[in-house]
Amino acid sequence: MTSAISIRDVHKHYGSLHALDGVSFDIEEGEFFGLLGPNGAGKSTLIGILSGLVRATRGRAAILGHDVVKAYRRSRRLLGVVPQELVYDPFFTVREMLRLQSGYFGLGRANRSWIEELIETLDLADKADANLHDLSGGMKRRVLIAQALVHRPRVVVLDEPTAGVDVELRKALWHFTRKLHAEGHTIVLTTHYLEEAEALCDRIAILNHGRLQALECKEALLDRHPWRFIRLQFSQPVGELPEALQRIVVEKGERCVVLRMHKVEDQVGEILDRFRAAGLHVVDLSTREPGLEEIFLEITGEGEAAS
Amino acid sequence: MNPVGLSTLYWKEVLRFLKVTVQTVLTPVITALLYLLVFAQVLEDHVEVYAGISYIVFLIPGLVMMSVIQNAFANSSSSLIQSKMVGNIVFLLLSPISPLEFFVAFVAAAVTRGLVVGLGVWLTALWFVDLPLAHPGWVLLFGVAGSAVLGAMGVVAGIWAEKFDQLAAFQNFIILPLSFLSGVFYSIESLPPVWREVSRFNPFFYMIDGFRYGFLGVSDISPWFSLGVSGLFLALVSAVCIRMLATGYRLRG
Repeated sequence: MTSAISIRDVHKHYGSLHALDGVSFDIEEGEFFGLLGPNGAGKSTLIGILSGLVRATRGRAAILGHDVVKAYRRSRRLLGVVPQELVYDPFFTVREMLRLQSGYFGLGRANRSWIEELIETLDLADKADANLHDLSGGMKRRVLIAQALVHRPRVVVLDEPTAGVDVELRKALWHFTRKLHAEGHTIVLTTHYLEEAEALCDRIAILNHGRLQALECKEALLDRHPWRFIRLQFSQPVGELPEALQRIVVEKGERCVVLRMHKVEDQVGEILDRFRAAGLHVVDLSTREPGLEEIFLEITGEGEAAS
Repeated sequence: MNPVGLSTLYWKEVLRFLKVTVQTVLTPVITALLYLLVFAQVLEDHVEVYAGISYIVFLIPGLVMMSVIQNAFANSSSSLIQSKMVGNIVFLLLSPISPLEFFVAFVAAAVTRGLVVGLGVWLTALWFVDLPLAHPGWVLLFGVAGSAVLGAMGVVAGIWAEKFDQLAAFQNFIILPLSFLSGVFYSIESLPPVWREVSRFNPFFYMIDGFRYGFLGVSDISPWFSLGVSGLFLALVSAVCIRMLATGYRLRG
């Protein structure tokens, strides 16, 4: 079966800077794929290469088997990209812009019913004849999504679609992308919100310094993390702890601690006994499995989450 | 081929200038008329370029052509630099429009604006003077060729410039001198021999001389020769422009 996206040994050099350094992977049709990485990891460069905005120094990429350079007309017709920046043309209204964008893809009047459907689906009906300049940031984001979908692409790339949007719109966009995926579109999502990738994506790639650091289904990626977090609440203030306990404490409050425990090597009962021996009486206990954020930090070696 | 894409891009570029006609059509028409009033008033009784033709009649075709070419340049260059600065050029770059289609659409829109402004200057000038129209075919041919050359130069400048300042430099240091020193206000036959020879290296001279031939039936150079030079220059600028688009120069990273 032909992959929705195929990336083979792609390099991109800007002088001595290697923005991408031999990246290869495939995204299968129908996947909801997350592309993560800290700033400067090469995510936007990779999306640029897939969409033709950036020329690879070496290697090749294809959309549903169509080379993005040699068969750019076919590949671009199969790909819809929602850019990261809130760009718009201040000369036109929402409806005019969508009709123009549809025309660029070779679609005439026959596509107008789909444009009207997009306007309805993305709650743009009230603003369809408003100039793009007069829309709020959230509405502009919706127009960008409509523009990316105007030619009914089979593969949709959303480059940080929820950056800077309010909670309500973020939920609406999550719902909409899930709907697109359910309708059979292949979705590629880059995001700075790791809980977003965790909630939406089936498979995740992590890029760092232009190299692919991880590529696994979400569950396998989460299982790679051998730790679990346990929060203990005590009846009395926590004083100085023995050395054996200090090594697993990642957070300490007046009457509570958060422990990072190895799933295999550290036994909960044994640890609780040590606290008891230290004179601390546990009144409450809660556990938390590691999230994507911990995995991400471990893989990228970053001091903070992608920001 | 993507004919719908090409025609959509052409129409978008035309709509863009039609939405601000005061700035893109009315202002250049008024500017040309001010030139006409000032120069004609000052020089009418002192200068006769061609025998039996008044200075104002000599001047009008040159002013029309200068408006045509300057506005053709402004249309493509300003559209591109604005799209690059605002970032909405991305919508075009993501589409399956080929470099040739991109070029043709931008140049055709520039020709349209050039001809609309030129028509405006010509029609308004008819209020002031009875202007002959000896060879309408030559007028149209040089009008289209001249605006196509400048439309293509506008695409080159719009792609090359990374800020408005650089575009202004291109316009003020290349386009403006070449159009002012092209025989709009005088015949090169009236220049000293050295400057007459220098003028022959200015491709804008041939566009304006040929255009003027269409109105007056007389010119400094054979219109066929002027057409050949204009055509060659158009081919050269077009080749540079299409090459820039095909390689993604300053458009694709």
